[in-house]
Parts: sequence; C-alpha cells; structure tokens
Amino acid sequence: MPASSTSTDHSRASDIRLSVEQVSYAYSANPSQAPLFTLEASSFQARPGEIVAILGPNASGKSTLLKLIAGAQQPLSGRVLLDGFVTNSLTPRIRAQRIAMVQQESPLLFPSRAWEFVLQGRHPYSRYLRFESREDVAIARNALAQVGAEHLSDRWMDQISGGEKQRVILARALSQQPLLLLLDEPTLHLDIGSQVGLLDTLRRLAAENRYTVVVVTHELNLAAQYADQIVLLHRGKSLRVGPPAAVYQRELLEQVFQTPLSVESSPSGRPRVTILPATDTPSSR
Amino acid sequence: MRPLTFQGVLLRCGALAVVLFIVVVIALKLGAVPVSLYGLGLDLLHVLLGKTSELSSNYDMIVIDIRLPRILLAIIVGASLAVAGTAFQALLRNPLADPYVLGVSSGSSLGAILALIVEPHLALPLAFAALVTPVGAFLGAVATIAVVYFLGRREGQIDSSMLLLSGIISASFLSAIIMFLITTLSGRGDLRGMSFWLMGDLSGALQPTLRWVLGIGFLVATCVTYTTASDLNLLLAGEKEAMHLGVDVRRVRLVVYIAASLLTGLAVSVSGAIGYVGLLVPHVMRLIFGSDHRILIPTSALGGAIAVVIADTLARTVVAPSELPVGAMTALAGAPLFIYLLRRKFA
Repeated sequence: MPASSTSTDHSRASDIRLSVEQVSYAYSANPSQAPLFTLEASSFQARPGEIVAILGPNASGKSTLLKLIAGAQQPLSGRVLLDGFVTNSLTPRIRAQRIAMVQQESPLLFPSRAWEFVLQGRHPYSRYLRFESREDVAIARNALAQVGAEHLSDRWMDQISGGEKQRVILARALSQQPLLLLLDEPTLHLDIGSQVGLLDTLRRLAAENRYTVVVVTHELNLAAQYADQIVLLHRGKSLRVGPPAAVYQRELLEQVFQTPLSVESSPSGRPRVTILPATDTPSSR
Repeated sequence: MRPLTFQGVLLRCGALAVVLFIVVVIALKLGAVPVSLYGLGLDLLHVLLGKTSELSSNYDMIVIDIRLPRILLAIIVGASLAVAGTAFQALLRNPLADPYVLGVSSGSSLGAILALIVEPHLALPLAFAALVTPVGAFLGAVATIAVVYFLGRREGQIDSSMLLLSGIISASFLSAIIMFLITTLSGRGDLRGMSFWLMGDLSGALQPTLRWVLGIGFLVATCVTYTTASDLNLLLAGEKEAMHLGVDVRRVRLVVYIAASLLTGLAVSVSGAIGYVGLLVPHVMRLIFGSDHRILIPTSALGGAIAVVIADTLARTVVAPSELPVGAMTALAGAPLFIYLLRRKFA
C-alpha cells in the first residue's frame, strides 16, 4: 500500500497516526487589538483507516482547525503530530508527501486536462526541473482508477461536472501517496448521488490504503453515516469529541445549530438527524 | 496520459531554433546594402572559424560588424522580455501581465537614467562603469514591481484589474519623470534620447563589457527561472494550492521576481522600454505548445528572440533609409492583441 510504505515504526508502536494536542489559534486585524476570532484548545487522535468529521455551524473554526492540522499555520499553542512529527515544522515538500489537502476548488487560469491535473500530485516527489517518470504516470493512472475516473483522463477540467471534478481532485490527492487526507467541504455543490458516491469512495480508500481522513462538512447525516469520530465545534470551542452516537444528542445539536431537530437511531446503529420545521410560525425562519 | 518529456521539449525548441536561424539569415540579408545569400554564408563561415580577416568585401564587413551584433542584441533582448513576461504572468496569476504593462520597463528606464546621472560622480574603475546602467535598471525594476504589487492588492488579495491599472498608472507617471530628466539634461551626450527610453531602440552600439554582462545575466536569470518551471505550473492554481502540493511559495516567488526583474533590467539598459513582447509572445507560445512552464519558458525565449528580430528588421527597412524605433513596431502589433485578449477575458 502506498501509504504504509512510508510510515514509520513509531506509528505502528502507538497505532495513533494523527494527534491533535490542545491546539489553539487566534485571528486579529493587528497584534495590539483583541482577536476577532479564537479557536480554543482542541484535541483528538486518529488511527490509520479512520475517518474524522469536523462539524459545526459557520464561523465555528472548522476550517481553521483543518489548516492547523495541515501545518499551513502555526498554532498559538499546542501542536499537531503526524507519526510523531510536528506538521507545521515540516518543509512544504515533505509535508506534501505526507498530507494531501482537497480544498474548495479555485478557478484555473489556463485549462488543463484531468491527467495533467492528477500528475500535479507527484510534484512533492520531484526536485527542481523534473519530468514525470513512468512510475509517476502509473501512480497517477492508479489514482484515477481508485476513484473510478479513468474515463475522465483526457477530458478538460473545465468541461466536466462538479462531481467528476471532485473525483479528479481526490485522485490528485491520492497520487501524493499521503498518510493523512484532509478535505474541506468536499460535498459542497454536489447532488446527493455524487455526495454518497464520493463518501463511499472515501470510506473504501481509507480502509484499503490505511489513510487517516479528516473532513470538514456541513452534512450532519452523511457525517454520522461515514465518520468514525466526530469533532463538534461551536464558536471556536470543541464541545464534544467521540463516535457519532455519543455526539449526536438532540439538546446539544439544537443548541449548536440553533434549530429544532430530532435524533433517531438508524438501522445501522448510526444516528440520523431530522430538521423539524418550526411549528407555530412556519414562515418566520 | 502523455506527460511532457525532456525529448519533447528539445524537439520543439529545436524546431523554433530552426525558425530563428532562418529569420536571422533573412534579417542579415535585408537592409540598405544588398547582400547575396552565398556571400552571406561564406562570411558567416569565416566568422565562425575566427578568420575575420578573410571577409570578402567592405559591404560584407557592414553585415558582420553592424547587422550581426544588432541581431544578436535583438535575440537576447527579445528572449529576456518574453521570459520575464512569462514569469510575471505566472506569479501574478494574470495573463495580461508583462514588464511593459506593469510599468516595470519604465521603472527600469528611470533606474538606468538615474544610474547614468550618478555614474560620473562615483569615480568607478572602468570595468565597473559598464555595470552601472544594468544595475540601475535592475533596481528600478525591483522597486517598481514591489510598488505595483502592493498597489494592486485589495483586501490582501491581488486584484486583476487593480494590478493592471496600478501598472499602467505607474508607467505613465514614471514616463513623465523620464521626460523631465531627459529634457533637463539634454546637453549631455551620453544620455540617449526620449524615444530610446520610452519606446525602445536597438540601433545604438553596445560597449563590449556590456555584451558580456547582458549575455551572462540573461543565461543565469533564465536558467534560474527555468528551475522553478514545475512550481510555476502549480502557482497558477493559486498560492494555497501550490503550498499544499509542496511548493515553497515564498522562496519561488522571491527567486522568480528577482530573476524577472533582472531580465527586464538587462533588456531595458541596452534597448530601452520595448513593449508588448513579454505579453504577446508567451500567449502565442501557450496557444501552440500548451501552458506547461517546462515548455513555455524555453519556447517563449526563442519566440521572443524571433519576434524582436523580425520587429527590428522591419523597423530598419520599412522606412529605409531612415529608421523607426523597434518599440513602435512591437506596439503596432502588440496593442491590438492586448485589446483582443482583454476583451476576450472580461467579456
């Protein structure tokens, strides 16, 4: 497996791959002013093959936490360890060999084909001016196959559907052969079929390749269905961390999301959330 | 999947090099003094073998001593401007960026003029005196791109139209200062005329030391830019994306800004502010060879050389026996294309 080939003995010993230890962060317009937004100390741990979903309303600190995990920003306090290494002290190159980030897409300046896009994932393994080897091409082709997108290989990125594009972006992340896969709202703008398809793929890949997956999402039910652990954030505080059944409690979710809802247990044993319409004044919300 | 290979790059560059060679031969042949193709070949052979004394006639001496150096100058200037343009377009994520539009060429001109004014007071040894203009031009370029970059930001992000407007406004402001300086100092013989600094001109003779500075500077800056080619490919997708794919964004940005400023500074110090080459050439190359910088940078260098040799040949032949500044020719071709690209992008 691509992921385990680069992992160290350290990870096998403890079996914890990702360890988020009391990380906090603060944004401020300038240093003398009070911060505009604070993420209070948050912690969780994840094993290889596990999917962690970060949930919370807008401006609760989800994306900030993801950036801190990715090592793109230095936490105010605490640290994020990936196989024992502090993510934000790694060089960009080494970091990209271990952590792949699937972001909300940014527009392309000049069009490229899907296979060119996926090959970009091999960049962290090249130095200076290098041309892709046969091995790189094989890895990229395999990545496309793993997300079921071989047929898109020769298509232009700006001429495929949102769901197809999200698969190609995921394939690029796979060709980085990471230990940790981070996704920032990957199901945004996708229809329900594409959402489920993408998450099924993610579930399968996490199991097969032993990736640790951290995904930021707004989809409560999909998160409950696919995640092993939930991190619930509210106004920069991590309110609860645990398996979906432990986190999905009606009062807690109602308080966090400010909307009446009910929580049932589905046949799979995973909780299911139903948003209740406000009964007295249906049009006021 | 057919990824770009080194052989593929060599093959395409080879094809362009053949085109450049043909253009150079035609450029050598055209001019006020008629030359036969056979005589030209014989002369070039003599020069290559180092037997300059065996040149057949005085007319051919004109070709070798006057036309050839000018063409070589056009090649290096064109290549420098096109590579600088390619680099600026990638860094600023703006397909309309180029040294001239961003005001960097004007800043370079001003830097060179100021250096020429200061130079006599520095009492430098002769070897260093030749370096003063290119260094001044380089510093002018670095200062201008820094200013335009900061003016072109809005809420911490580079804003495409703000950037272009800042560039155009800086260019006209700097041009006004250049006009003021040239007019006040018109008595001095070593300062070139207004049209040289504002429009670009390849007709002047070059100091021999400056030739070496130009050639070596061009090679170093282009090679350095070329080593970042794959990083530039990813920077086009945005700085955040590039960082997550392992690009050391800050280092690449700094290195390429300096290299592109150096290329602009070198070109401007020997030829003034020739416009549109850095804008037009990368676009045409992108249409032909695709937007991968591993192919775009070398083909732009060759394409820029071809474009400026053609433009300069036209500049000295269309109104012969007098001459147009080469910048007038590139502007005649470049301005309409700029408008076309602008309309296509914002339509």
